[in-house]
Amino acid sequence: MKFFPLLWATLWRRKARTIFTLFSLTAAFLLLGTLQAAHALFSGGSLNLSAPILVVQARVSFTTPLPMRLLPQLEAVPGVASVSHSQFFGGVYKDPKNFFPQFAVNPERWRKTFLECHLSDEQYQAWTTSRTAVIAGKQLAARFGWKIGDRIPLTSQIFPLKDGSRAWTFDLAGIFDDASPGSCVRQGNLYIRYDYFDEARQFGQGTGGIFVLRLSDPNLAERVSHQVDGLFENSPDETKTQTEKDFTLNFVRQLGNLNLIITWITLAVFFSILLVSGNTMSQAVRERIPELAVLKTIGFTDAGVLALVLAESLLLCVLGGLTGMLLSVGVLKVISKLPTGIPPISADGSVWLFAAASMVGLALLVGILPAFRAKNLSIIEALAVR
Amino acid sequence: MSAIVSLSNVVKSYTRGKQTVEVLHHLSIEIAQGDFVALMGPSGSGKTTLLNLIGGLDRPSSGEVKVAGERIDQLSSGQLAKWRARHVGFVFQFYNLMPMLSAERNVELPLLLTSLSSAQRKKNVQAALTVVGLAERAKHKPAELSGGQAQRVAIARALVADPTLLVCDEPTGDLDRSTADEILHLLQVLNKDHGKTIVMVTHDPKAAEYASHQLHLDKGQLVEGDVKAAA
Repeated sequence: MKFFPLLWATLWRRKARTIFTLFSLTAAFLLLGTLQAAHALFSGGSLNLSAPILVVQARVSFTTPLPMRLLPQLEAVPGVASVSHSQFFGGVYKDPKNFFPQFAVNPERWRKTFLECHLSDEQYQAWTTSRTAVIAGKQLAARFGWKIGDRIPLTSQIFPLKDGSRAWTFDLAGIFDDASPGSCVRQGNLYIRYDYFDEARQFGQGTGGIFVLRLSDPNLAERVSHQVDGLFENSPDETKTQTEKDFTLNFVRQLGNLNLIITWITLAVFFSILLVSGNTMSQAVRERIPELAVLKTIGFTDAGVLALVLAESLLLCVLGGLTGMLLSVGVLKVISKLPTGIPPISADGSVWLFAAASMVGLALLVGILPAFRAKNLSIIEALAVR
Repeated sequence: MSAIVSLSNVVKSYTRGKQTVEVLHHLSIEIAQGDFVALMGPSGSGKTTLLNLIGGLDRPSSGEVKVAGERIDQLSSGQLAKWRARHVGFVFQFYNLMPMLSAERNVELPLLLTSLSSAQRKKNVQAALTVVGLAERAKHKPAELSGGQAQRVAIARALVADPTLLVCDEPTGDLDRSTADEILHLLQVLNKDHGKTIVMVTHDPKAAEYASHQLHLDKGQLVEGDVKAAA
């Protein structure tokens, strides 16, 4: 710590240059933090989906709805505690930019399956009483400032009403929340009643979208998956059963090989920042060769001077890197609130660890050559420069 | 008085390209503890080379250099650095202060290599700045000081770790006459009142008059002087 004032003063020797380098580093780590958080999400590491839930979709694509007649067979599979069905509604609220996930479900089945979400008895009753009633997650209701009793107009991009209109109108009967802190990951969703939806839509009657199975024991997931898919093998309704986590990841991966794209962008960013900060460190050392010689003259050892330059490089990278990472946390919060349909993204421990390793690695890469130059300089020759 | 600096049959040569140039030729001198010696001579006579050997900044090609009882010509680079930190204070012609540090931070630099606490370092820095008469300018950066003040800060930096020897290379070469006299007077006080042994390179005969002894070099050899010459 006693060397910190020396390091700090040295860092700010050329203020403008240091500020511009810090801006570059901040921008690089802002990108790194955001992209790595997305990478962690697409790799499944940061998905908070641990409930014992399986998703059954049509083998060809989850956009192909499965018929409701599969329901009794699914309920009969040993280890299945409850079955719900979800048909993606694909609506927008007032304006196309106000997109969020909406699903047509059976209220009773929804309540028995999604135990991680809590809806009060009173609001549940209200939902089951009115056919146009819907429930929304607390996060979604807060986003649009909805309260119980509000009328919610939705324009479905997929399902017209029987009269050809796409303008559906619903009434908010309930707002659901976490059953235990952080448990309900569906708070950005809205659920409408399947019976009303199925009767009112122009086409697709009798299909339920995907099925969601809640298991009595999470260890049964593999066995139940095989059994379900085996039930419908070689039938017109072949299925693909997977955990909710895998289902979500496959949904996200439709966007392309994002991890590969992220890796390349990250490498490109690092290569650029390596050149920028490497140049800064080289210049910083080159222009103060006589000062480094003075430090050696008064007793700093070669190793001590090497360590000082490396520490300066580390300080620069950590300052820029930390600022960028903190900004990325804010950016990720904003992105997570956007109606992208992608699960919330956050910089978890693995992202911070990667960022910390990157800061240290970058500091070593940009600092090592100038540090060795400082270490090897001859006092006599360096002082003669002045 | 016992010799604090002792050079015996010292040769120093440099290789430039294919040519080897001998700068000091079999030089032997002794400097007593508490002495104030002025090293004089024309350019290229080997004054600064000799000073660098005495200060442990360079090693001889052959011969022995003993300072404060230690054969410094036999020390490794790392040992020599640590030895300099303990035994030698350096004053340069162009002050060589760190431009981004305040006067007190500049003076504190040699103490960063010691195990002194922050409070103790601060106390010692204050004392050194008081000795050179610059306690009031402790927070100023070198650019905010005059040449004479900057050189005083450099002297405080050289003094702060209480070295055995002060090595000064043209300490008044960049100063006007009156400021130079102030600096030389300060060095004289440090020698007489604080008992510091000082070896000073200078071109200036007036500056040399402040020293208690003079040593004249020409073409790498001692030509005259009242310091004990063992050659």
